[in-house]
Amino acid sequence: MIGVGKIKQYTNVLDRPIGKGKQEVSLSAFAFLFSELVQYNQTQVDNIAELERRLEDAGYAVGARVLELLCHREKGNRRETRLLGILSFIHSTVWKVLFGKVADSLEKGTEHEDEYMISEKELLVNRFISIPKDMGAFNCGAFVAGIVRGVLDNSGFPAVVTAHFVPVDGQHRPRTTILIKFAEEVLQREARLG
Amino acid sequence: MTTAKQSQVTKNARTVRMQWLMDEIVTGFEVYRSGFRFQSCLDFVFWLKNAELFTLTYGAIVRQLLTDLEEVEEVNKQLDQMGYNIGVRLVDEFLEKSNVSSCVDFKETAEVIAKVGFKMFLGVTASVSNWDSEGTTCSLILEDNPLVDFVELPDNCQGLYYCNILSGVIRGALEMVSMKTEVTWLRDMLRGDDVFELQVKLLKQVPEEYPYKDDE
Repeated sequence: MIGVGKIKQYTNVLDRPIGKGKQEVSLSAFAFLFSELVQYNQTQVDNIAELERRLEDAGYAVGARVLELLCHREKGNRRETRLLGILSFIHSTVWKVLFGKVADSLEKGTEHEDEYMISEKELLVNRFISIPKDMGAFNCGAFVAGIVRGVLDNSGFPAVVTAHFVPVDGQHRPRTTILIKFAEEVLQREARLG
Repeated sequence: MTTAKQSQVTKNARTVRMQWLMDEIVTGFEVYRSGFRFQSCLDFVFWLKNAELFTLTYGAIVRQLLTDLEEVEEVNKQLDQMGYNIGVRLVDEFLEKSNVSSCVDFKETAEVIAKVGFKMFLGVTASVSNWDSEGTTCSLILEDNPLVDFVELPDNCQGLYYCNILSGVIRGALEMVSMKTEVTWLRDMLRGDDVFELQVKLLKQVPEEYPYKDDE
């Protein structure tokens, strides 16, 4: 465009405006980047559990930053203090901002009180990835599980988050479920708050 | 709404639409003049509505590399290598989606990378400048870079080329179309300059080799 002024240079990154989050990149750019992340980590580890842990750690960092960004931009700096509040924040707002749509479903586990599940028919990160047979139960959704854990941990809801494939009848590719298991203290606090 | 306000709104909408049409005509004319039909190819690209996932994932990668490798030079090299691996596969997708015919010379190649390539993958356009006399070296200038949103380099990482993955991508992509190049950073916004400037130098054109011997 002709005549667009140059962006003002701020000396401190914290003074720069955050932006509305409308910048777009192509899906393939993200897919390439994510595949490089996975490939690099494969060279650094010996087994699948380590690989999943590293992907989760990478996701944790992303989650922490996403929480800060969204709290400021979308929620006007209000914190969630209730369990259902934070879960619906992740399920709708976080998913919408990161993946462009809300998650497919949010369910409460039937067997245990402290388990919740967010399901997605086809996770964005898993869309272009095929798992070879010898890697067994490895799921690149560990990255997304890390993001969720980052958001929960930094909001004060410590939890163990994992990603699992759940085969669905009539569908060729299995559904991905993010399983969230909250720590004891979270449930006790919820019970106290009534 | 009253009818006066309604008509005002429609008039504003019409003005906006006229302006948009004028912009489109001007851009279209420029596109026609430059000979690239790139507007239509961008319809086939799937867009992530929000670049922040991309930006934050890249940040996580750089952070992991810094923790593992510790030496800034090593991290630069690793980022370049990762970019090279990406570039090698990216060029296939680029050629398929963009429908550009083969470029006559390096000047055209650089224009295509800056205008079509960057737009298709990063959503921003770059500009080409600083051609040398032989036409083998040029600079790609990026004012807007989705990789560096929210990023500040700490004091102990001053030698880090944060966006080094981009230089690897360009190098890898060009090598797959038989051009050996050397890509270096001239200006880096994270180090205090006002734009990102990549210097692309064509080393040689490697003609395509037929992989099988004639007799065997």
